Amino acid sequence: MARIIVVTSGKGGVGKTTTAAALAMGLAEKGRRSVVIDFDVGLRNLDLIMGCERRVVYDFINVIQGEARLNQALIKDKRNDKLFVLPASQTRDKEALTIEGVGKVLEELAKDFEYIVCDSPAGIELGATMAMYHADDAFVVTNPEVSSVRDSDRMIGILSSKSRRAEQDLEPIREYLLLTRYSPERVKRGEMLSVEDVQDILSLDLIGVIPESQAVLNASNSGVPVVLDTESTAGQAYRDVVARYLGEELPHRFLETEKKGLLGRLFGS
Amino acid sequence: MMGLLDYFKSKKKTGSASVARERLQILVAHDRSGRDAPSYLPQLQRDILKVLRKYVTVEAGSINVNVDHDDDHEILELNIVLPESRRYTS
Repeated sequence: MARIIVVTSGKGGVGKTTTAAALAMGLAEKGRRSVVIDFDVGLRNLDLIMGCERRVVYDFINVIQGEARLNQALIKDKRNDKLFVLPASQTRDKEALTIEGVGKVLEELAKDFEYIVCDSPAGIELGATMAMYHADDAFVVTNPEVSSVRDSDRMIGILSSKSRRAEQDLEPIREYLLLTRYSPERVKRGEMLSVEDVQDILSLDLIGVIPESQAVLNASNSGVPVVLDTESTAGQAYRDVVARYLGEELPHRFLETEKKGLLGRLFGS
Repeated sequence: MMGLLDYFKSKKKTGSASVARERLQILVAHDRSGRDAPSYLPQLQRDILKVLRKYVTVEAGSINVNVDHDDDHEILELNIVLPESRRYTS
């Protein structure tokens, strides 16, 4: 049985697409057949982050409306043959997303994939609600910042009331908190909400903390999901997230400030 | 001058993160109390008002219905402000 994961946040720019790409690639790296779907109709970007923007022919809306078959629209990743991308439409209207239409495509994907990752657009409009409606699991991506935490809490409310599992009175969606752009230095100085603060306010299970890292911009510049950058702290943190999601018990890393040597302390880098 | 100095000192000691945490705790608690309320609450409020108006003249704003969650039960809290010594029986 395929597991449908939604990557959501409410607020924009917190790292949803980065997370969706890292998660799907990380799962594929673990040998799980995975597909990642862009729900941001009109503003597609997942293809860029995945580095397959020049191979888009058909999109999600084409499949929903029967203008293309699913296997015509799916883009196979060049680095991992277990990973596929279903891009969003750049030109169509998001009203083309319907519960039934999306449900049908997900049902067909579920026959062939173990994990279906839905990359939600920002906001609480149709694209976002469609991305979360059919979900089994939710990754709530949050920055340690007031507006992001508030929006995340709003999304948690919507997940528990406007999803298929809520409407059909099934076991509720499993929600995980993923804290991104975390800066242990700023937390130590009392300038940033700590992991504990955010966890306390949202009361969600913590699946991981991604440290603020230049590797994320580098990865998006080159169209390589950051999880493949195993040298970077962000890449390693995403790897841990995938492993934890699959049931491994790993301690959270990169939560403490790095101990500086004498030179570092002198120049305060 | 002292005040200004204290201001900077205290800022440095606590940092803005604690302010953020406090603001969020209040905000999120408030948001949730509205969200978790059963959907029949507004209608219940109107119905109670209707029944009440058979006996006394009350304004719509003088009735307050609230649901509180505890560990193992919920409490329906009903607050009605009656007008001062102006009661009418039907």
